[in-house]
Amino acid sequence: MSAQPVSANKVREYLDVQPLDFDDAVKTYDPVLGIEVHVELGTATKMFDGAPNVFAAEPNTAITEVSLGLPGTLPVVNEKAVEYAIRIGLALNCEIAESCRFARKQYFYPDLTKNFQTSQYDEPIAFDGWVDVELEDGEIVRVEIERAHMEEDAGKNTHIGGSTGRIQGATHSQVDYNRAGVPLVEIVTRPIPNVGERAPEVAAAYVRTLRDIFRALDVSEARMERGNVRADINVSLRADADAPLGTRTETKNVNSFRAIDRAVRFEICRQAGVLDAGMDVVQETRHFHDETGETSPGRVKTDAEDYRYFPEPDLVPVAPSRDWVEQLRSTLPELPAARRRRLIGEWGFSDFEMRDVINAGALDLIQETVDAGAKPQAARKWWMGELARYAKDKGVELDELGVSSAQVAELIGLIDEKKINDKIGRQVLGVIVEADGDGSPAQIVEDKGLAVVSDDSVLTDAVDAAIADNPDVVEKIKGGKVQAIGALMGPVMKATRGQADAGRVRQIIMEKLGVAG
Amino acid sequence: MTDLIRKSAAEMAAGLAAGEFSARELTDAHLERIEAVDSDLNAFITVTADDARATADAVDSARAAGKQLAPLAGVPVAVKDIAVTRGVQTTAGSTMLEGWVPPYDATLVTHLKQARLPILGKTNMDEFAMGSSTETSAYGITRNPWNLDRIPGGSGGGSSAAVAGFEAPLAIGTDTGGSIRQPASVTGTVGVKPTYGSVSRYGLIAMASSLDQAGPCTRTVEDAALLHDVIGGYDPKDSTSIRDGFGDFVAAARSKDVKGLRVGVIEQLEHDDFDPLVRARFEESLALLEEAGAEIVRVSCPNFEYALGAYYLIMPSEASSNLAKFDGMRFGLRVIPEDNPTAERVMAATRGEGFGAEVKRRILLGTYALSSGYYDAYYGSAQKVRTLVQRDFAAAYEKVDVLASPTAPTVAFPLGQKVDNPMTMYLNDIATIPANLAGVPGMSLPSGLAEDGLPAGIQFLAPALGDDRLYRVGGALEALLEHKWGGPILAQAPALEGGAR
Repeated sequence: MSAQPVSANKVREYLDVQPLDFDDAVKTYDPVLGIEVHVELGTATKMFDGAPNVFAAEPNTAITEVSLGLPGTLPVVNEKAVEYAIRIGLALNCEIAESCRFARKQYFYPDLTKNFQTSQYDEPIAFDGWVDVELEDGEIVRVEIERAHMEEDAGKNTHIGGSTGRIQGATHSQVDYNRAGVPLVEIVTRPIPNVGERAPEVAAAYVRTLRDIFRALDVSEARMERGNVRADINVSLRADADAPLGTRTETKNVNSFRAIDRAVRFEICRQAGVLDAGMDVVQETRHFHDETGETSPGRVKTDAEDYRYFPEPDLVPVAPSRDWVEQLRSTLPELPAARRRRLIGEWGFSDFEMRDVINAGALDLIQETVDAGAKPQAARKWWMGELARYAKDKGVELDELGVSSAQVAELIGLIDEKKINDKIGRQVLGVIVEADGDGSPAQIVEDKGLAVVSDDSVLTDAVDAAIADNPDVVEKIKGGKVQAIGALMGPVMKATRGQADAGRVRQIIMEKLGVAG
Repeated sequence: MTDLIRKSAAEMAAGLAAGEFSARELTDAHLERIEAVDSDLNAFITVTADDARATADAVDSARAAGKQLAPLAGVPVAVKDIAVTRGVQTTAGSTMLEGWVPPYDATLVTHLKQARLPILGKTNMDEFAMGSSTETSAYGITRNPWNLDRIPGGSGGGSSAAVAGFEAPLAIGTDTGGSIRQPASVTGTVGVKPTYGSVSRYGLIAMASSLDQAGPCTRTVEDAALLHDVIGGYDPKDSTSIRDGFGDFVAAARSKDVKGLRVGVIEQLEHDDFDPLVRARFEESLALLEEAGAEIVRVSCPNFEYALGAYYLIMPSEASSNLAKFDGMRFGLRVIPEDNPTAERVMAATRGEGFGAEVKRRILLGTYALSSGYYDAYYGSAQKVRTLVQRDFAAAYEKVDVLASPTAPTVAFPLGQKVDNPMTMYLNDIATIPANLAGVPGMSLPSGLAEDGLPAGIQFLAPALGDDRLYRVGGALEALLEHKWGGPILAQAPALEGGAR
């Protein structure tokens, strides 16, 4: 369905429609998703020239005459980028084209140095794939991949003088061409049906799954906050699963998992409101606003888009040999889903524990901690317990706390050796977090005199004092109430500032009182 | 005029090697000639006298020091202003690039510098190589040394006029639909369009990427072979560059042997569109080759009939895209409109003012041909014709070693005659376009004087990578014709006395 010209009144009416409540919306309508993910490849150089592919360099320093599109320049395909694209295609269970061409997508914009983007149009390098997406409760949703194709990124415009940083109201704009020509792979799904009320969660989980695959393949840093991974989210509603697809909207450049979830949720509610009011959803691109959790229409194009695609005459077709493709297939690393299944077996985590670990982004950290010698359950306990609490308090991800897996493994080692107990362990961690990750646990224990007291003479003195101070408790114990021993241990631990080896203290008390545990 | 500048480049190279004169003397002689006659010809947009002299001095020093030098070291060359030159204004004949100084060299310019050919300057051309008469340049028209009221051909009229007018022994041209061969034909010089992909396009301001190819403009076939050797070869910066080896061009040019060579005459290019004397000179050339032992065969290339139409869809389509980058944002001209100068309006104003009429015409044609709903009918169909033309060539080369036709339908026409009538102008390229569509090499050399006592050209075409066959047949025919004429055809050209106009 294409957008028809509508009257101003009609537009106002459309914009004024109240969104439906989410639960009502998904009861009345069947949402269908379609997701386009762009990933910036972590190659050393750009897609079509030798300029370095770097983030956050001084503006307009990571450029050559080719990335500036100066007259006379020609593109040359970066073979590493082709390799990365094929690896992504293979990881997404795609077919790999035997031969594919680039095309020119033509439109005028200052961030586009040639006023066309060299992209793939009707001949993508990878096509017809799928990927299984695991939701938080363990449900698996299979998402079909239509295609994955290679293209180049554009430069970056900065609008100066306006209040919002957007072009509206700006007095002038500056362009940084460092990003111009950075290699991208765009992955396009087929329509994702039958997701119902889980649509927001599926969208976010799908992008997270891709992000994890990019990292496992080591083809990109895949940092959402840097825009390494960007998602365009298409949402449409239909009456039920048998009805034809409804008119979709495309919300551009949604850049965090939470934002994806919210954007889908908002669009479902908004479109349901429009449909309930008896109006048609307008096919358009929209923008998501983090502050409000809402989407708004993008710039209305006065003329229809016509990109005048045609095959890029400056490049010969990319024709990856079957031998090369098979070699890449055989050297694919273990992908995240397979790895999770393997680790559940090796570590003895329950499915529930593993999902928690993954949702907390702790899998790699625990893996590293285990690799450094810690027992898996101990590593899980520290990362998912004390450290997760610190991360939550500080509002950062676990891997941004500054605490390393090596430090945690060392800490667990000290506990295993009974040099410290859990309580001291928590103190030591506190010191490290406070110092933004500085310090070795053993050193901190030594410097602060935190080692467990296991010197019997010290402990015996403390036990004697506790026995002398608590005759009534002693009577109870002697009378058979062994569990009352705790009331004696408290004063001992207090006297030793918590550093006593609790097991040893208990043993000494029982010896002194002549009772058996 | 000194005798020095009338030598062939091969003779100049031999004289330099023998110490008969210095590279500096040779370069100065050409710079003096430019000084004397270029106000008449306007073959050059930019003359780089200091750079040329510096290169010549370096060659002389190196030779004095006994260093090994490339065969053409010290022999001056002129470069069409479509090839970018670091530190030297490069305009492509357009207002759009007036004053633009590129930060890099085209690969072929790098080759010229490495072989130490003093570069005399940048030659005039139709704007962005769009034209057959060098009348669409923003830097004035170039005149034909044979008759200053006639066109020098185009788009590379500057390079051919410079060579014909003895301002340079060697020049670089580019040929998208005949822009090397047609100017050669109407100026009595030699021009070669090499196999597509054999000379790097890196640094050549693109008109139509799948058709453009740079090549030599010279006075003799041997000189063309020598220059081709300098500029050709694989370039990793050009994805369409060919890795395969080539034959020995210079040896082929010197062999003067056509015994057993099968020369195919393209029936479709024998019709009445070609002027009678142009055709007569062509037939006489074939007769000479036949006497020398070549076999003349008639071949049919039925799809050549559609080549011109296909070309005028493919070329403007690619050009409309290649010229999109000229928007006033990053380099060259920027026109800022009075009110509300948004980026979009600056782009529109810049392109409106910076491009000439012929360039705009082709951008409009190409934009239309690529637009949604028309692509299949226009660009798509044209690509199919291209495949058919390639099949015609393949079938013909089953029977013959080279193909032949007159290069252009007429001798040089008067300035102003066709510039306002694009259709008649486009017909100039009817014989040269098929080679570009198929990517095969072609050469034009003088066949004799035709209408109005002006030179006509004969064109030979060879299969892809068969450039050496052109040098073989061209070198042999040149020798036969010069024997008949009693010397080079340019000896019959009127002397340019300088300041005549």
